[in-house]
Amino acid sequence: MSKTLLLGNQAVARGLYEAGCTVASSYPGTPSTEITEFAAKYDEIACEWAPNEKVAMEAAFGASLAGKRSFCAMKHVGMNVAADPLFTISYTGVNAGMVIVVADDPGMHSSQNEQDSRHYAAAAKVPMLEPSDSDECLNFVKAAYEISERFDTPVILKTCTRVAHSQSLVELSDRVEPAMKAYEKTPSKYIMMPGFAKKRHPIVEERTAALTEFAETSSLNRVEMGGKGMGIITSSTCYQYVKEVFGDSVSVLKLGMVHPLPVRLIQDFAAQVDRLVVVEELDDIIETHCRKLGLNVEGKSLFPLLGEFSQNMIAEILGAEAPKGHALQEELPVRPPVMCAGCPHRGMFYTLSKNKITVIGDIGCYTLGAQAPLCAMDATICMGASISGLHGFNKARGEESESKTVAVIGDSTFMHSGMTGLVNVAYNATNSTVIILDNSITGMTGHQQNPTTGYNIKGDPAAKVDLEALCRALGIQRVRVVDPYDLAACEAAVKEELAANEPSVIISRRPCVLLKSVKANPPLSINADRCKSCKRCMKLGCPAISMKDGKACVDPTLCVGCNVCTQLCAFDAFESTAK
Amino acid sequence: MKTKNIMIVGVGGQGSLLASKTLGRLLMDQGYDVKVSEVHGMSQRGGSVVTYVRYGDKVYSPVIDKGEADYIISFELLEAARWTEYLREGGQIIVNTQQIDPMPVITGAASYPTDLVTKMSESNHKVDAFDALSLANEAGSSKAVNIVLLGRFSKYFDISDEAWNTALEACVPAKFLELNKRAFALGKSL
Repeated sequence: MSKTLLLGNQAVARGLYEAGCTVASSYPGTPSTEITEFAAKYDEIACEWAPNEKVAMEAAFGASLAGKRSFCAMKHVGMNVAADPLFTISYTGVNAGMVIVVADDPGMHSSQNEQDSRHYAAAAKVPMLEPSDSDECLNFVKAAYEISERFDTPVILKTCTRVAHSQSLVELSDRVEPAMKAYEKTPSKYIMMPGFAKKRHPIVEERTAALTEFAETSSLNRVEMGGKGMGIITSSTCYQYVKEVFGDSVSVLKLGMVHPLPVRLIQDFAAQVDRLVVVEELDDIIETHCRKLGLNVEGKSLFPLLGEFSQNMIAEILGAEAPKGHALQEELPVRPPVMCAGCPHRGMFYTLSKNKITVIGDIGCYTLGAQAPLCAMDATICMGASISGLHGFNKARGEESESKTVAVIGDSTFMHSGMTGLVNVAYNATNSTVIILDNSITGMTGHQQNPTTGYNIKGDPAAKVDLEALCRALGIQRVRVVDPYDLAACEAAVKEELAANEPSVIISRRPCVLLKSVKANPPLSINADRCKSCKRCMKLGCPAISMKDGKACVDPTLCVGCNVCTQLCAFDAFESTAK
Repeated sequence: MKTKNIMIVGVGGQGSLLASKTLGRLLMDQGYDVKVSEVHGMSQRGGSVVTYVRYGDKVYSPVIDKGEADYIISFELLEAARWTEYLREGGQIIVNTQQIDPMPVITGAASYPTDLVTKMSESNHKVDAFDALSLANEAGSSKAVNIVLLGRFSKYFDISDEAWNTALEACVPAKFLELNKRAFALGKSL
């Protein structure tokens, strides 16, 4: 078949298709999201958005146990959520092949930390493959299924932003359709209670030894001998940077399997070169392995432990020539991401900011409420931490904080891991006020359906969680819904619920303005005679409103006519352009 | 052939992904090895975004580094200035003169720099600045700025109209195809 240009994530999805994967369950997370979206285009793969990564991994395990090749994908921090099943699926092994993608985000393009997921492979004693371009994404998925079934283990495929979100050429093949594996009740393999688990652990250690032997000769790891002055051990996108800089002028050991790492292959490579260098992003995992082998190796003494690498960085550090550009000799204003014009979260954040409320935040588009001029956020840690964090904050400070502190959490994040925190608020009794910012979609990752939207990954109608009923069932009696485009209603709700003598949930509900189903109003315009230049509207931080020649000005290409600014203006300067 | 580098820069939401997809497809059809690196996720929300397109006999790195870009196609004036350092000596900037205020300018914490076209030209770079937004509106939608810019960019390139058309047809949704073909022609006619 012909070559085609595919995004790394799209190539992973193609690999799933070609390898005969049948069940895929994931939770969205940049940069992993598009894998499952592309996989959902293949009718042969039953794809779903699970409420969180732990559920996704357990569903994938169930499908493997049942006898079909299965899959789940997550971003690096999602692996923290799914770590619980991972560590024990390592013990049980699989029936049909099971592959897990974890996508790291060095440089934190869209993440709250830049943890190195390779530690999970070592800690859970599970093999990990690491592709360096789209073609490898596809072929490593197939290799991962073979390893999974041959060695009776889940296999992790680790990507990063530059592999997941880069397009490169890929050769396509047809799908194979592995027969359903027989399911036989095997308590000693699949029931991990102490008696059985104790017998599985030595099998895991034997498996790692066998996989290490496999790594010595597998074509996943490859030596490219060139100049022998320097030998570089590398993987993933760093391999591409190294080749870009040095071509064949140095020797390269490219590792496609980063756990377990080979021993003899590395020793033999080291013996052939004068200077041994490891080029790896984030932590010093390959380097530490080399040191354990007693090799004289350079790595993090040269390269940083943080951020992304690039060809120029590698060239400069390793003494090659790097091009230099000419920056403009001028201080340029930064352009950070912002909440969109018409974003339904803005009205609620304006209300919180105006009333000087302490806000324990969460993960999603609405984390942007932290930025100037709204500055309506005090803490953001991880998925779900807003509600549980608020509970602890209120436990520590009592009534004084209960009357002026809230949690904000999105609809999808609430489904992911907010519910348990809310149960804790009710059960362990703090008078907490939780605001669910329900924009009826998983926004930040690019509009994925979730259990509150009423649609599944294919856009077909699905069971819809009733958030009000759910909150009541979790033990919160005061539940009210407010339209965040209505500033007076937002203010009343926030003040009343903070003053109430029991915990409460405010559901701030309006669909994301970027949804195709949401019809924009005609843009507003400014009546310059009425504008008194008071800049009150500027407190919203709306990208459609700016000051031009001392007067407020609306960008008609951005404005969606949400009228939140209209409610702020004391001089009726905002006018509709509706005919 | 030495790898060639094209950067597409702008503000999140301006449609850079469609431009890079079209360009990637065009260059693949010409028989080149191609890599395109995109930005998804949080930075897309009105932030500064950059897409790298690289092509040649064999392309390794998916990203373009400082001093490497042969072309910068910019959807917005300030963004062209921001990424100028990535241009190689004598490289070409093709820039839409539209100005979109970033949040620090909107809040008054900073001001939008002036005379950027002149300043960019001073550092031995070639600058082709024009109002792509007006041409996009003329074609039928302000959202077609991306394809107007591709049309303009096509003038620097020895690739047939037919090949560009094939790439557009493969990448643009059918109902917007005619609009985008108009946008491409307007960009090219300038």
